[in-house]
Amino acid sequence: MSQTLAQKLVARAADRASVTPGEIVTCKVDLAMVHDSSGPRRLKPMLERLGAKVWDPSKVVVITDHYVPEYDEESRKILRIAREWVKEAGVDNFYDTQGICHVVLPERGHLLPGMFAVGGDSHSPTGGAFAAYMFGIGATEMLGVMVTGEIWLKVPHTIAMEFDGAFARGVSAKDVMLFLIGRFGLDGGQYQAVEYRGPAIRALPMQERMTLCNMTAELGGQTGLIASDGVTRDYLERDINIWESDPAAPVLAHHRFDGSGLEPQVAAPHSPANTRSVSAFDQRIDLAYIGACTGAKLADLRMAAAVLRGRKAKSKLIVAPASLRDQQRAEREGTLQVLLDAGAELLANSCGMCAGYGAHLLAENAVAISTTARNFKGRMGAASAQVYLASPYTVAASAVAGRITDPRGMLQ
Amino acid sequence: MKAWVFGDNIDTDVIAPGRYMKYGIAEIARHCMESLEPTFAARVRKGDIVVGGRNFGAGSSREQAPEALKHLGVAALIAESFAGLFYRNAINLGLPAIVCAHAKRIRAGDEIELDLASGRIVNRTSRDTLDCEPIPPFLIQIVRDGGLLPHLEKRLGR
Repeated sequence: MSQTLAQKLVARAADRASVTPGEIVTCKVDLAMVHDSSGPRRLKPMLERLGAKVWDPSKVVVITDHYVPEYDEESRKILRIAREWVKEAGVDNFYDTQGICHVVLPERGHLLPGMFAVGGDSHSPTGGAFAAYMFGIGATEMLGVMVTGEIWLKVPHTIAMEFDGAFARGVSAKDVMLFLIGRFGLDGGQYQAVEYRGPAIRALPMQERMTLCNMTAELGGQTGLIASDGVTRDYLERDINIWESDPAAPVLAHHRFDGSGLEPQVAAPHSPANTRSVSAFDQRIDLAYIGACTGAKLADLRMAAAVLRGRKAKSKLIVAPASLRDQQRAEREGTLQVLLDAGAELLANSCGMCAGYGAHLLAENAVAISTTARNFKGRMGAASAQVYLASPYTVAASAVAGRITDPRGMLQ
Repeated sequence: MKAWVFGDNIDTDVIAPGRYMKYGIAEIARHCMESLEPTFAARVRKGDIVVGGRNFGAGSSREQAPEALKHLGVAALIAESFAGLFYRNAINLGLPAIVCAHAKRIRAGDEIELDLASGRIVNRTSRDTLDCEPIPPFLIQIVRDGGLLPHLEKRLGR
């Protein structure tokens, strides 16, 4: 029987030959990732109440990113609990202040094609870029995984998003996702598996694929998936299995687009679904923010540099590279210097302003353009702040002009 | 049970704003819904019901979103649809979430009765009966046990 990539991944984890969309199955978890906010500080008291231990500490990865850097009594306490708990629980896979979990996890080789994984964060579908079934769950459900090593799942249908042709220069994965979210809405993914296909997708480097799968959260899918291939192998620098949908496997919907015709997209306040082409905007900005798992990986920093080289930002420009390793690579190759020369202020390798957890918040009535994933009211600070979402190219071009600007005329 | 009615795509940043996430649930709950309805947390009463449109709970995995509503005394959620991750969190915290295609027929302040097992809602104000999608039995059991934590406690015999 023909199976989609999602079905194959779920069937393997459920120890079944095949599964049918809609049926409820129990899956064995290969990897459980948590961060400082959803992880130890919430798991520890619940595990103590149950008198239970982690089912397999070698399958757990803990990464601090939300309250990094610590800045007050509460954030210090949250990080202290994380650091103490990994020792108590025997979790060796601990990455402390190394960057954002969704970027650090694959960067350190924890994700492989064929895995079934859960993350204590809604952007966990990022792992789907590696042909792993990965999705986000809350802390109590993570407790269930920590104790049993299992989780229930309604086998998803697959929604195929196929892009033909090739994306134009200055058009990135972020534009693809803002376009799809604008087109299908915040619940367009129907909590099913969204699979990205087609020559324009296959041509994307790994970190761009991660951005696609990451923002499947805003599209309302349970996970986003891309078949494994040579790009996956090159990124992981090891032999991998090819996991892909059977060509004849039935899908819930199959949408086809001409990738070559896609223009840079911008989402206006206060929803990632509030999207139009960049040319539709005539808007001054105060702040340009290049940060987050979806917008400040090495690939994203390079996009910003392609615009900012030899230019100065007119607006305030803040850059928070998504991982320490990506920042170091950007430094070595000169990308980081280009951003600093343009006037960028550098923040820590953490979630930063994206979710409003840290010390930096948007002021009342601030107008910002950001490479982050969500512009919900009040998320990044004051409820009166206006946040526009766009690609690193568009955010960089807008910083230079002090207004929302099409980057295609500024590429170098 | 009095209904509070909200629109489509009510997101977790509205239900439980990120900047309060470092605090305990009592403080987070004080800011629940404040960017849409500043007096909600002060005025909602034990046993009230929150009604949403499409995709209620969009966004984050933070379970403090359903937890804040439960902390304020909200007895159940009814929506045309829920964001999948939020739905799982609500059930895991013992807060029933009922998918009802006719949720928009409920008005703010309506007196509501609901039967979890059948998924039937009776609107005593409008004298309307709404048939909804029942929660699957294995999830109703988690809700009846008070959430996944007490459910696991029972299962592990502790």
